[in-house]
Amino acid sequence: MSEKDTPKTILVDDRVAETITRVEELAYELKIREVMTSNVQTLEPEMKMRDVVELFRQRRISGAPVKKGEELIGILSIEDLIRCLVANDMDSPVSRYMTAKIYTIKGTDPVVEALKAFVNTHVGRLPVVDEHGVMEGIITKGDVTRGLLKALQRSIQEEELKTYRASHLFEDIESNRTSLILRYNIKPRDFTHGGAASSNIKRALLRMGASPQIARRCGIAAYEAEMNLIIHTTNGGTMRVEIEPHRISFEVVDDGPGIPDVDLAMKPGYSTANDDVRELGFGAGMGLANIARCVDAMTLESVVGRGTRLKMKIFLESEAVGEGYSGKKETSERDNS
Amino acid sequence: MDVSQLIGLVNGKLLNPGADLTREIKGGCGADLMSDVLASIQPEAVLLTGLCNPQVVRTAQMSDVSAIVIVRGKTPPQETVDLANQEKIALISSPFGMFELCGRLYQAGLTSLERSVTDGPSEME
Repeated sequence: MSEKDTPKTILVDDRVAETITRVEELAYELKIREVMTSNVQTLEPEMKMRDVVELFRQRRISGAPVKKGEELIGILSIEDLIRCLVANDMDSPVSRYMTAKIYTIKGTDPVVEALKAFVNTHVGRLPVVDEHGVMEGIITKGDVTRGLLKALQRSIQEEELKTYRASHLFEDIESNRTSLILRYNIKPRDFTHGGAASSNIKRALLRMGASPQIARRCGIAAYEAEMNLIIHTTNGGTMRVEIEPHRISFEVVDDGPGIPDVDLAMKPGYSTANDDVRELGFGAGMGLANIARCVDAMTLESVVGRGTRLKMKIFLESEAVGEGYSGKKETSERDNS
Repeated sequence: MDVSQLIGLVNGKLLNPGADLTREIKGGCGADLMSDVLASIQPEAVLLTGLCNPQVVRTAQMSDVSAIVIVRGKTPPQETVDLANQEKIALISSPFGMFELCGRLYQAGLTSLERSVTDGPSEME
């Protein structure tokens, strides 16, 4: 960003900035068809201007397209009506005062196209046409504002609802032991999507009302485990997350190649990753050590040629162990041969 | 300091206009090793890095980073920009190098949000 652009960004009020961004996004997401008025009052070219005034008043509109049969031949707006009033020519037909030059817009276009057209053409309303050029509605700036506000409210409510539903999951269901299990399949060498599963896990936890600290610890541990599957495994693996009111348990399983020396692998700085992986910012030999710092309990079992199973637990209740894993090592190691 | 002030401070170019520029920045962390970032960074930091791949954004998301500054004017690939947009984390490209950026931000009052490996879990309050 050049220096002269910078002040503009700063001048935007904090709270406004957030809303503007979402509205701008919506202008690209929403289609014109979703915000236009589809029940359009049309005029006939022979209609008297006097009758139009009455019609506009009754329908509380300030303009309408003019159709001859099925063909769109013009638009009559309040400006045209004023011209007619000034000329005291109310018995003239609509065809004399309408604007015959019509700009149309496609219903499948995003709303932002309508906004651009309003700016570029200086018109206040645009007939909306389908792919065959047949009019299916009309759009005004008012329609755009209403549509955007509605969509904005909807998107806020959706997120609130998602969070509400998720956070009440455990209260609403009665059982001896309720848990929610999330499963993710991780492909080997899929660096492009690396972290997508962990990202979803973190989001799910936040929606369920986990504290930011817990969500962060789980996210980091899951991310390191996910990257390990991507970097090291032959066929990828699976990540299973069980969420209970008092704890979150992870089980990360793969079928090879297995870790020859688990203690060595746990050592900060020890790595078997190649240069490609290091270029991505991973393979520094900190993964397992990082996991250990984030979780309350962890076991790592591995058999060369058979695979690796990593279990991690994070406790949610304050009386439970919750200060990180340091010092509570229970790394177990099975037959290495 | 918030993200828009940061952009001014680093002569930065915001690469994803959909980002949340109101996030508070409490300090900084500079690293190219994402595992180091995950191990050491405290929440609400600015992450200075020379890496451009999508893992930078994932790492930032996991560790509650407020903004990412890519050093030495590099342009990250589209996947990285898209992911940053999706997560609403500001992705900023700055013409300055890592050392210069750390100096500028430190001078502007940002302190280090990097923890030593021996300090224990990075999320303890």
